Amino acid sequence: MDISFDKVSYTYQPNTPFEHRALDEVSFRINSGSYVAVIGHTGSGKSTLIQHLNGLLQPTSGEVKVGEYHLKANEKNKQLRKLREQVGVVFQYPEHQLFEETVAKDIAFGPQNFGVPQEEIHRRTREAVKATQIHEDLLERSPFDLSGGQMRRVAISGVLAMNPQVLVLDEPTAGLDPNGQKEIMDMFHRLHKDKQLTTILVTHSMEDALAYADHIVILNQGKVYMESAPLEIFKQQQALEDVQLDVPEVIQFVTKVRDQLGVELEYTGQSIAELAKELTRIVKGDRVYE
Amino acid sequence: MSNSMIIGQYIPGDSFVHRLDPRSKIAIIFFFVIIVFFANSVMSYGLLALFAIGSAATSRIPLSYIMKGLKPVWFLVIFTFLLHLIVTKQGEVLVSILGWEIYEEGLIQGAAISLRFFLLIMVTSLLTFTTTPIEITDAIEELLGPLKKVNFPVHELALMMSISLRFIPTLMQETEKISKAQASRGVDFRTGSFKDRVKAVIPLLVPLFVSAFKRAEELAMAMEARGYQGGEGRTKLRELHLGKTDVYLYILFILLVIGLFLTRS
Amino acid sequence: MGNTQIEFRNVSFRYQEDMPWVLKDVSFTIYNNEWVAMIGHNGSGKSTIAKLMNGLLFPQEGEILVDGQPVTASTVWDIRRKVGMVFQNPDNQFVGTTVRDDVAFGMENHGMARDLMLERITESLEAVGMNGYERHEPHRLSGGQKQRVAIASVLAVSPQYIILDEATAMLDPKGRKEIMETIREVQSARDLSLITITHDLLEVTQADRVIVMNKGEIWMEGTPRELFAKKEQLIEIGLDTPFVSKLADELKDAGLPLTREPLNHQELLEELWTFHSTR
Repeated sequence: MDISFDKVSYTYQPNTPFEHRALDEVSFRINSGSYVAVIGHTGSGKSTLIQHLNGLLQPTSGEVKVGEYHLKANEKNKQLRKLREQVGVVFQYPEHQLFEETVAKDIAFGPQNFGVPQEEIHRRTREAVKATQIHEDLLERSPFDLSGGQMRRVAISGVLAMNPQVLVLDEPTAGLDPNGQKEIMDMFHRLHKDKQLTTILVTHSMEDALAYADHIVILNQGKVYMESAPLEIFKQQQALEDVQLDVPEVIQFVTKVRDQLGVELEYTGQSIAELAKELTRIVKGDRVYE
Repeated sequence: MSNSMIIGQYIPGDSFVHRLDPRSKIAIIFFFVIIVFFANSVMSYGLLALFAIGSAATSRIPLSYIMKGLKPVWFLVIFTFLLHLIVTKQGEVLVSILGWEIYEEGLIQGAAISLRFFLLIMVTSLLTFTTTPIEITDAIEELLGPLKKVNFPVHELALMMSISLRFIPTLMQETEKISKAQASRGVDFRTGSFKDRVKAVIPLLVPLFVSAFKRAEELAMAMEARGYQGGEGRTKLRELHLGKTDVYLYILFILLVIGLFLTRS
Repeated sequence: MGNTQIEFRNVSFRYQEDMPWVLKDVSFTIYNNEWVAMIGHNGSGKSTIAKLMNGLLFPQEGEILVDGQPVTASTVWDIRRKVGMVFQNPDNQFVGTTVRDDVAFGMENHGMARDLMLERITESLEAVGMNGYERHEPHRLSGGQKQRVAIASVLAVSPQYIILDEATAMLDPKGRKEIMETIREVQSARDLSLITITHDLLEVTQADRVIVMNKGEIWMEGTPRELFAKKEQLIEIGLDTPFVSKLADELKDAGLPLTREPLNHQELLEELWTFHSTR
């Protein structure tokens, strides 16, 4: 589904001393099927932004379009349920939303609310746990008996079972160990490709944005600060540093090599092995060491 | 969002009433509640009202806030007023509407009871307007201090209160977060029959309880790691001080009590 | 030096009789004034070690000594004054209703005089760069700020050892940086040992020594440089290596004979420079 924000502003508690403008005339487009990373500091407006994607919040002014659904200021959208069925949101620490007696029931909760027939729910549940690598034996266990990592996968399965076309991920790997982080990110990337999802990833990790996204939106103080393809964004190290954001480590290193060794080297998405070969060629010339 | 959360009704300020030791405020209110029931003449009621209004004025709390504080009890006040009006059958009949006779005594008693209500609510809400919840907790701990001798867990009670105060905003944020997550999974908290809405609360309450228990467990461990072992041998950072203002308040209050008994009929 | 150290002597621990051992025959020593990082994947037993160090748990077998004093139910209150601890979740360790009340909490527990408390509150909040926030309530602070307050509360009772049990895991990169800077400053300014339990490889590179846990046993003890030289074995036990180590390995494979295992960008750049300039 195509998504667009057109001059969207959102103000918390308007006309009170606590008035706070979290989004300020934000405009951008996300094409159907793309993988977009939204980056910004805590308080940059990221979580306010994603809450507009499934109508948890309504713009104070401007318009949000998600496929055929429109969200406008002061206009009640009567199709919120349908919108929420199609936009799955994996919130930060999603395991906190588990509540059912069994894993299977919790995964079925979302689809049930949207009136999906029982048989279809079964099919989707099996599919979802396969994707998140939860063993089927766990389906009848209480989610509260599982480890933290398993609980996270169950919660994600619950969102996947809604069969959304848009997947919104709010720091889905927060608090996991490095192995778990990579597994979860790889899984979402697989799903993105297999199901042709439109994926919006909110993250602090520049490495993840570089590795998975094909477009990056950087928010700063409620405004779109930069927006482009990852390699283009990360070329502008200074602009990023101005808002206290880093570039991925590999790019930092490549820049240092270029500056300190005075050689030609550009990061174009090489793997570490490819980069090593290139570097070796540069520093060694034609000589052979033994 | 989170910056806006005010626990209780405290309104920051630096008035005479704000500066009073919270223990004094609580003690005076306690005695005020008692003496209100001794008033029985127009003059005595007048004195009490003067005291209450005078305190409100010195606290510099806007009248509108105090009126808002009275809102929830309006119904009760009107109800008791009407009850007295109807039930009391003493004195002269003032008017008779549709066969109901309203007696003079009924009117007077109704008015008196309503006035008492007003005065009580006014002074107690002045306490919460001018005193932070944590000050109230400290004061309660001090005032209940003697009960420690009979093994009443005064310190534990106060600690429990202050920890609850500390976690109210956290749990409110949590509630918001979970309700949004469940709304995203298709729960509708706003529409539907009563039964539906009760059902919709379960996906909210279960995670809240689970997380509250987890928090409690972790907090207990953190407290233990920081050397907490009960009230025994503990020192305190926050101290309460009786000052000159408190002495003035006590003198004023004694004068009020004397005045009250002189003006009783 | 002398007696100031934490010593684990053949420590084994399990939560219940019928449950598997979480720690099996673990022995190591933390010396005065050093920074030890403890890594291992989830369930390797590293957090259990932290809780054993200040008597939140007691071992079934073996002995733990803090400054020569065994950790037992009767010594635990002394030990906790010496061994401070900062936990993972910033919210669930903030006890006070304001920053200064929270910093005071530990000191109140240890019965310190009020004047001393006031002095220490100022001092320790300054040490973590949180002066000026004395009256702030916890819900008005960021995660990183709350963790800095947690560190200040520990510093206020002036312990000899501070354990940070995944204290940066729930923070954003900015918060993580704040905490790392804070603890670096604290460690260099004060006479204390630091034990950081972490997944963050950058944190590990800054430590003096690393203890790697795997399945309840010590898998390796050494310097960060020694650790990252064992790239393949590390991956086998489910741990990663930093970017610089990975690149260094690939460079060696590509035929560039690096002389040592680089720990950070600068070290690797210097090596590359040497090759480049002699070209």
